Amino acid sequence: MLKIDCKDKHFSEIGKTIRESKDKEIVIDNCLGHRYIASGVGGKDIVINGTPGNALGSYLDGCKIVVNGSAQDAVGDTMNDGIIIIHGNSGDATGYAMRGGKIFIKGDAGYRAGIHMKAYKDKFPVLVIGGKAGSFLGEYQAGGIILVLGVNTDSKTNVGYFTGNGMHGGKIILRSDELPDLPPQIISRKANAEDLQEIEKYVQEYCSYFGGEPKDIMEKSFYVLTADSANPYKQLYTSL
Amino acid sequence: MAINYIYPVYEVVRNASRCVNCKICEKQCANGVHKFDAKNGIMIADESKCVNCHRCVATCPTRALKIVKSDNTYRENANWSAESMKEIYKQAESGGVLLSSMGNPQPLPVYWDKIVINAAQVTNPSVDPLREPMETTVFLGSKPDEIVRDKDGKIVDNMTSQLKLSTPIMFSAMSYGSISYNAHASLAKAAEKLGIFYNTGEGGLHEDFYRYGKNTIVQVASGRFGVYKDYLEAGACIEIKVGQGAKPGIGGHLPGTKIVGDISKTRMIPVGSDAISPAPHHDIYSIEDLRQLVYSLKEATGYKKPIAVKVGAVHNVSAVASGIARSGADIIVIDGFRGGTGATPTRIRDNVGIPIELALASVDKRLRDEGIRGNVSLVVGGSIRNSADVIKAIALGADACYIATAALMAMGCHLCRSCHLGKCNWGIATQVPELVQRLDPEEGCDRLVNLVNAWTHEIKEMMGGMGINSIEALKGNRLMLRGVGLNEKELEILGIKHAGE
Ligand code: SF4
Ligand code: SF4
Repeated sequence: MLKIDCKDKHFSEIGKTIRESKDKEIVIDNCLGHRYIASGVGGKDIVINGTPGNALGSYLDGCKIVVNGSAQDAVGDTMNDGIIIIHGNSGDATGYAMRGGKIFIKGDAGYRAGIHMKAYKDKFPVLVIGGKAGSFLGEYQAGGIILVLGVNTDSKTNVGYFTGNGMHGGKIILRSDELPDLPPQIISRKANAEDLQEIEKYVQEYCSYFGGEPKDIMEKSFYVLTADSANPYKQLYTSL
Repeated sequence: MAINYIYPVYEVVRNASRCVNCKICEKQCANGVHKFDAKNGIMIADESKCVNCHRCVATCPTRALKIVKSDNTYRENANWSAESMKEIYKQAESGGVLLSSMGNPQPLPVYWDKIVINAAQVTNPSVDPLREPMETTVFLGSKPDEIVRDKDGKIVDNMTSQLKLSTPIMFSAMSYGSISYNAHASLAKAAEKLGIFYNTGEGGLHEDFYRYGKNTIVQVASGRFGVYKDYLEAGACIEIKVGQGAKPGIGGHLPGTKIVGDISKTRMIPVGSDAISPAPHHDIYSIEDLRQLVYSLKEATGYKKPIAVKVGAVHNVSAVASGIARSGADIIVIDGFRGGTGATPTRIRDNVGIPIELALASVDKRLRDEGIRGNVSLVVGGSIRNSADVIKAIALGADACYIATAALMAMGCHLCRSCHLGKCNWGIATQVPELVQRLDPEEGCDRLVNLVNAWTHEIKEMMGGMGINSIEALKGNRLMLRGVGLNEKELEILGIKHAGE
C-alpha cells in the first residue's frame, strides 16, 4: 500500500506518484483541494482523506475511489468505468458525460449533475445522489441512470430548476412526493414494480457504503423521468 | 401549394447527339436526377433534385452533360435576391431553421487576396529551393521562456512535448460520421506519409485508425463522444474543441439517422440516438475552468502530449486567446468564419464570426504585446485555399495552417455544399456504402500527398524569393507583406504597410 501525504504538494506531483506507483492500494491523506486526482487512472483502490479538488477521477478507467470528505466540481468527468464513493457532498457537473461506472454521493450534488451522461452497450453509468441535486440535473442526458434519494433533506422535490433539460435518453429517478417543473419532452410516471426492483438494488448499495436501512428509503414514493424521443431536434431543420 | 414551388436553380443540359444511353449518370447520381425513358429511348433528367456536384458531368464517357445555372428569374431586385426569396418560401413552408454545409459562400472580403508577398531584388539575394536546403519543419507546442542549467552548468532539458511537422500544413478536424470511413482512411494515410497530422474531429477514433496515432490529433468536444483513456492515449496531441469558424457559439448535432454501425461504435453511443454536442462545454464557463480541462487531460496522459484549444474567430478572439495562452494549453487553433462544416444553421454560417486574417493578426499581436506568444503555438484555419494563403498566414504570425475544404477537394469534393444531405456522390460526406466505396483510400491518400507536396514546394519557392531559407524566419515577419486596396484601419489591424510604402 502506498501512502501519499498531500501537505505542501502540488497536484502534478501527486498525479505522477499515482501514475508511476505499482501499488494497487493508495491512501491519500491531508487532501486539500488537490485537483485531477486519478485522472485517467485504472485498476487501483484509492482512499482520499480530506477534500479532493476539481476533476477527481476524470476519464476514470476502472478504479475504486473512496473520499472521506466532500468532493468539488466535475467529479468523474467523462468517466468510463470504476466507482467513486463520496462520504460528503460533491460540487457542480458531477459525472459530466460519464459513460460507465458508478458515483455514489452520500450528501448533495451541485448544479448540472449527470449532464450529458450516456450509455453504450455494456457501459451503463449510475449516479446516486443521497441528498438533493442542484439545477440542470441530467441536462442533455442520453443514457444511464440518475437517482436522487433526498435523504435528510427538507426540499420538496430534491432538485433545483430545469431538471432534464435537453434530455434524450436514460432515466432520472426522484424519491419525492412531488414532481419538479419539467420540460415538455420529459415523461414522468410513478415507479412501477420493475423500477422499484432496479431502485432497490442501488439503494442497498448506497446503504452498504453510507449506512441506513434500505427499507426506510424505499418506503417513500419514486418518480421515473424519461425523454419522449432519442431525436429531440428532428423537426428543427429545413435543408437549403 | 403553388407558392412552395421553387424553380430548380440548375439545369442539366444533355447533348443528345453525344449521349449513347449508357446510363452511367443514372447509376452515379445518388440524388436520382437521371433516368432512362424506355418509351422514347432517351435519358431524361429531373433537375429539381440536382445539387450540382458534377459527378455525372465527370463520369459521362462522352462528355454529353453540363450543369448550368438556370436563367429562370424573378423580377430583378438588388435587395431581395432570388436566394433570400427562396429561403422565405422554405421557412414559411416548414417552420424550420435553415441548414446548409461547407463554408460561408457570401461575397465578404477575402483579405488574403488583398495582401501581396515580397521578393528580394538586388540588395539581398533570393534563394533557389532546387539547389539549396530549405527548412519547412515546424514544431508546435509551448516553448520554454528560459534556458535552465544545472549546478555543473549543463543545460537542463525543459522542453515540453512538441508536434513535429515536416511542413506547416495539417488536416483539420472532420469527424467520422460527418465524413466517411474512406475519407478518414485517406487523411490518416496521407498524414503519415507526409509527416504531418490529421484530426479525428469530435466523433471518436475508428479502431482501424489507432495505428496512425502518431500522426493523429484527437479531439475532445462538449459531447465527449468516443472519449476515453485509450482514445486520449492514441493521439499525438489532444485538441479541445470550444468552437469552429462555421458555427461559433453553437453546438453540433448529428441526427440519430446517421448514428449507424461503426459510427455508433466509434462515438460510443447507441444506434439511432442523436449525438448532441452542447454549445458550451458545461464544465467550462471561464478560463479557470478551461485550465481545469487542459490539466485533467495532461494528468490523464502523463504530460506526454501537447494540448490544443480550438476556438472560432469572433470579435473578442484576442482576449480569449490571451486567456487560452495562460490556461496551460500548448497550441491555440483559430478557425475563421469561412471555415467549412458538414452541417450548420445557414444564418450562423453566413453571419457569425470574423475573417481569419484579421483574427490571426490581432491574436498574434496581443500575445506578443503581453509577452506570452512563446507560451503557445498558433494554428489557423477557416479557408486556407493555397500555398500563398499559407505563406501569408505564417507571415502574419501563424505557426501552421489547418486545411479541410481544400483537402476534401483533393479527394474529389466539388463543393456542392450539400454535405448535410448525406448523399455525397464523391463518397466523402456520406455513410451510404455504395457511395463511400467510390472514394479509394489509396487514391485519396495519393492526391492529398500530391497537394501538400505541391504546396510545400510553392512555399519553398516563395520563401526563396524573399531570400528566406527557413519557415521560422518567415513567422510573424509582416514586413514581407503589403496590402493592396485596404483602408488604414484594416492595415493597422493586419499590422502591414500598404503596397508602395
Ligand atoms: S453518362 Fe453521359 S452518355 Fe451515359 S447516359 Fe448519362 S449523359 Fe448519356
Ligand atoms: S463533400 Fe460531397 S456533399 Fe459535401 S460539398 Fe463536397 S461533394 Fe458536396
